[in-house]
Amino acid sequence: MMSNHGKRITQGQFSFLPDLTDAQISAQIEFALSRGYAVNVEYTDDPHPRNTYWEMFGMPMFDLKDPAGILMEINNCRKTFPNHYVRVTAFDSTRGWETPRMSFIVNRPANEPGFGLVRAEGPGRSVTYTVASYAAQRPEGERY
Amino acid sequence: MGTLSPGAAAPQDSELDLGALLRESHALEVIEALDRELVGLAPVKTRIQEIAALLVVDRARAQLGIAGDQPPSLHMCFTGNPGTGKTTVALRMAEILHRLGYVRKGHLVSVTRDDLVGQYIGHTAPKTREVIKKAMGGVLFIDEAYYLYKPENERDYGQESIEILLQVMENNRDDLVVILAGYKDRMDTFFRSNPGMSSRIAHHIDFPDYTPEELFAIAGIMLERMHYKLSDAAAAALREYIGLRRARAHFANARSIRNALDRARLRQAKRLFAGQAAGVTRDALMTIEADDIRASRLFRSDASEGTT
Repeated sequence: MMSNHGKRITQGQFSFLPDLTDAQISAQIEFALSRGYAVNVEYTDDPHPRNTYWEMFGMPMFDLKDPAGILMEINNCRKTFPNHYVRVTAFDSTRGWETPRMSFIVNRPANEPGFGLVRAEGPGRSVTYTVASYAAQRPEGERY
Repeated sequence: MGTLSPGAAAPQDSELDLGALLRESHALEVIEALDRELVGLAPVKTRIQEIAALLVVDRARAQLGIAGDQPPSLHMCFTGNPGTGKTTVALRMAEILHRLGYVRKGHLVSVTRDDLVGQYIGHTAPKTREVIKKAMGGVLFIDEAYYLYKPENERDYGQESIEILLQVMENNRDDLVVILAGYKDRMDTFFRSNPGMSSRIAHHIDFPDYTPEELFAIAGIMLERMHYKLSDAAAAALREYIGLRRARAHFANARSIRNALDRARLRQAKRLFAGQAAGVTRDALMTIEADDIRASRLFRSDASEGTT
């Protein structure tokens, strides 16, 4: 994640693969719907690995039978935020799980500068490390 | 690959068995069931068979590589008086279209104005979109569609909903089929004020009223499903009842018949209780007698405008 191989952030499923086509995205959503997951579309311009909660694009979509409706929302989101990260998550409400079971990125900014390693000197010459996104140093909305 | 001319996918003069294609899709079973279980409605059944034939021919053309780039538009409008079977046919239609491969999932989402139109500015579009997303891959059935347009209020949000529907009906033709339903005269007014809607709907199907004979047959089917039967005298009484009821106000075809039968069941239960509570036979439990029907208010000479 931090080494930013090929200038691509790797989060969620399929992120080491080339971008999924719309047909492949539909097939994944079809699987999620067949398992009864609620699918939602989320976006962010702060892809820090610890940034779990992205903004939701519209409402989560319950009771859908066909991926076409979700694909329509994904394309709406891509059109609204062409230079943001957009991901699809599928939430499983089964008791005991109650958590997203699937999550994959469906849209990326054209240029992903990645993360830099930040070293902070602590007491007794100890060093703590963290990562900081190059892009996130600019204000929200101007990052990519 | 890449430079195939139309028709090159298969030999030009190869023969396809249309009947086999239809059998393969198992749509025939649904059409036959529709023919068997729905009484009357001849124009509706003809149109459904035409649509099925069109889709089979389309599939055959696709196999030979001569399909056009646009799938046929199958948005429909069902007009007819209350109780003529519009919703029932819409349900079957979803199943037929699914089996013929026109829609991917074949479910029916039945909505009315309340489900589409919001209550404040900015509420309508997401609401309509949500319903459309649910219906994708199936059939969206809009009952009493003329309520969407209220000419007396130009700021009504219904117009916004209609515009979104129009857009989806045009752009997502292969994702969902929209069926509008409503009374004939009010739908005509609706289409006159929304010409865009009218031109996007290829099939206007009119549901005729049932004849007394057809209503009697419908009553027979309903009773059979409820495991009741009519005595001979009761059958005669029911025929008479249908004649009287048709002439009354608020006659809702098959729905009125179902209500009448429900009330007859009520009276039968009461009669059984009053008469022979000690020992009832299986036959008595199943039979509706003439008295159960003749107790209706319609048979009284001084009957007012009530419906029972």
